[in-house]
Amino acid sequence: MTTALRRLLLVIAVLLLGVGQASAEVVYNRGNSADPESLDPHKTSTVYEAHLLRDLFLGLTIQNAKSDLEPGAAESWTISPDGKVYTFKLRQGATWSNGDPVTADDFVYSFRRLLDPGTAAEYASMLYVVQNGEEVNTRKAPPESLAVKAIDPATLEVTLKSATPYFLEMLTHQATYPVHRASIEKLGAEWIKPGKLVSNGAYTLAEFVPNDHIKLVKNPKFYDAANVRIDVVNYIPTEDRSTALKRYEAGELDSNDDMPTEQLADIRSKFKDQVRVGPSLGTYYYVFKTDKEPWSNPKLRRALSMAIDRDFLAEKVWSNSMIPGYSMVPPGIKGYEPAIADYAAMSQLDREDEAKKILTELGYGPDKPLKMEIRFNTSENHKNTAVAIQEQLKPLGIEVALINTDTKTHYGFLEGKGDFDVARAAWIADYKDPETFLGISRKTSGNNYASWASDQYEELMNKAAAAGADPEERFKLLSQAEKVLVDDTGNMPLLYYSYHNLVSPKLKGFEDNVMDVHPTRFIRKE
Amino acid sequence: MLGYVIRRLLTAIPTLFLIVTIAFFLIRIAPGGPFNQERGLNPMVKANLERLYRLDEPLWRQYLHYLGDLLQGNLGPSYNLPDFTVADLFRVGLPVSMELGSMALIFALVAGGALGIVAALYQNKAGDYAVVALATAGSTVPNFVVAPLYQLVFALTLNLVPVAGWGGGSFANKIGPVLTLALPQLAVVARLMRGSMIEALRSHHVRTARALGLSDTTVVLKHALRGAVLPIVSYAGPAAASLLTGSIIVESIFAIPGIGRYFIEAALNRDYTLVMGTVVVIAVFIILFNLLVDLLYAALDPRVRYD
Repeated sequence: MTTALRRLLLVIAVLLLGVGQASAEVVYNRGNSADPESLDPHKTSTVYEAHLLRDLFLGLTIQNAKSDLEPGAAESWTISPDGKVYTFKLRQGATWSNGDPVTADDFVYSFRRLLDPGTAAEYASMLYVVQNGEEVNTRKAPPESLAVKAIDPATLEVTLKSATPYFLEMLTHQATYPVHRASIEKLGAEWIKPGKLVSNGAYTLAEFVPNDHIKLVKNPKFYDAANVRIDVVNYIPTEDRSTALKRYEAGELDSNDDMPTEQLADIRSKFKDQVRVGPSLGTYYYVFKTDKEPWSNPKLRRALSMAIDRDFLAEKVWSNSMIPGYSMVPPGIKGYEPAIADYAAMSQLDREDEAKKILTELGYGPDKPLKMEIRFNTSENHKNTAVAIQEQLKPLGIEVALINTDTKTHYGFLEGKGDFDVARAAWIADYKDPETFLGISRKTSGNNYASWASDQYEELMNKAAAAGADPEERFKLLSQAEKVLVDDTGNMPLLYYSYHNLVSPKLKGFEDNVMDVHPTRFIRKE
Repeated sequence: MLGYVIRRLLTAIPTLFLIVTIAFFLIRIAPGGPFNQERGLNPMVKANLERLYRLDEPLWRQYLHYLGDLLQGNLGPSYNLPDFTVADLFRVGLPVSMELGSMALIFALVAGGALGIVAALYQNKAGDYAVVALATAGSTVPNFVVAPLYQLVFALTLNLVPVAGWGGGSFANKIGPVLTLALPQLAVVARLMRGSMIEALRSHHVRTARALGLSDTTVVLKHALRGAVLPIVSYAGPAAASLLTGSIIVESIFAIPGIGRYFIEAALNRDYTLVMGTVVVIAVFIILFNLLVDLLYAALDPRVRYD
């Protein structure tokens, strides 16, 4: 009798405990626009991968809930007076999820791995700023020659090629996250699998079912685990935006990083302040093939740029999910003044008159219409944008033909320096610095699809790089460089991107910011 | 019979080889490659990637490598999902697509067959018209309309089922995708069954059966059905192959982790190995189901014999 009673009590106790635990677990179902291509931080490049990796790993520096720079795996750092040598003090007592300490050697290993040509890391160029970085990646120097040194287990020294004030911002990028050497050496390609992945962030990987979900659970060994409020994050790929909206409405998702923006007005009226739309660091632009007649004429490029009604594009084509843009660097980088095109202040009617005048001057008219082709990659919105521009240019006697190809063909064509007139492109910031937007217009950049070349621009960009130790002077020089680019219409910025999140009122600490970063460790769910 | 099956399987080998060869070179004709993207890669980095996946070698050598790997059952790595091999992706996705597909197939055959029989028995009466109307609707309303409507009515308004997701394979999550997949098939099956049943009911052996005084149920289910079901069997073979390998539209709208989306996504991403893997899987399914149909024919139709 007593044994039976004791058993019964035991069962009840276990059940109660179980119920207590189950109800205490906070689960965040987080819609993410796609599955990651990889969870290996050295093999990723996209924004939707960054969300996940930010939860799994901890870089030397991090972006907090407001996307401001904060110490991460490094507790503090010092920078040499010439701005070239960074000495990081690693966080005391910080460990990997298996209990191993995080050491300076881990970073030496990881930085070398990123640059090792055998890794074939897409973002290896992030560490080209480190001395010998580019040389290692192009097999001109052995990995050991990379200027990253472990002074002692808790001190890491990195020597840069030249002063790079945005280096600390770059270190928030997933390409520079540390990886666990022992498990990679032991497990090979399997190291990244659930149950095996050893990471140093606030969460560990529990499950990964492609196209279904990725389950992360709180890492009890994380140094700040006491302040991590969400126990389980399920990243749910939401490629179909309409389905995602319905799942959000039904409560199956607590947030999603996208929505069918063509229905933005309706969604706003239904979900009110759960719809979070605001400027983010990204530019939607068109490039002219500037090394080909007649596009080599900056006057002509300017006339076309003036004739395009960006307000119409933003409002009617993109339902205000994009913002009219007149500079290559979008606003939002503290201390930097983007170089806005001078005609931004004119009314659209005046701009069109001016454009007509230039075209007549150049000899274009009803007898000699200007013909151009716009190339864009497949997307309903890219098509609508191109069609709107086609219509806007028609009254000026410009005959626009549209060429639509899929994304791979489009970029394969641009990178291969194919023959075109005008083509669509876009750039999203990797780190919070104007350099990321301006570097792509340099002569040697593989992303200079316009084949634009300006000595004045190169000179100012070089000067800015040399002024690395003086951030204020550097931003001034970069802004001057941008002015050269914009005045010459080296490419044609049309719109700035914006983030568009759906966020349940239950989530607290999901702060809007220009980088659209939202580490789960700073979010609470009520 | 066994000899026939073995012969058929042996002829499948050159067929597969031909399909693989054509597909391998066709996808390479498409411009761009797996590593062209919005944010252009540094040329050095791209060269490293191409070296890693042997894409820098001459095409004929890549082809021989692929064939060699394929013969060992190795479908290769996925270029765009490097954490997984193509085989890994199929291991997770194929059972899901097959489960939904077979449920949809069985539902379409049983319900469509039953409706077809009803329509045939009540030819040109209300029941018949209802079935024909349903069949017309089923085959004309596209699944990208049916699926969101289902979500709107049954999930968001009535709160009876989840909107989307696999839910670890729970039944409630399967209803929508199965119905959406089954509806167009059900419509075709109902029409086929109606037509062939009408014909069978007029045939000599059914008339004889009736003359012998057999009950209506016996006549229909035992004598007419056996002959009437043949056109459905030959339709069901290719239909099964297509249903079991998933549907990109249904799987995207219902967020199902199947393999339906891989074919088109992989082709758009120039994920060459994944495209090839999908081609191989679909080809194998088609070959197998065609064989199965022929064997079923022999079982159902005494005039057909394979030696």
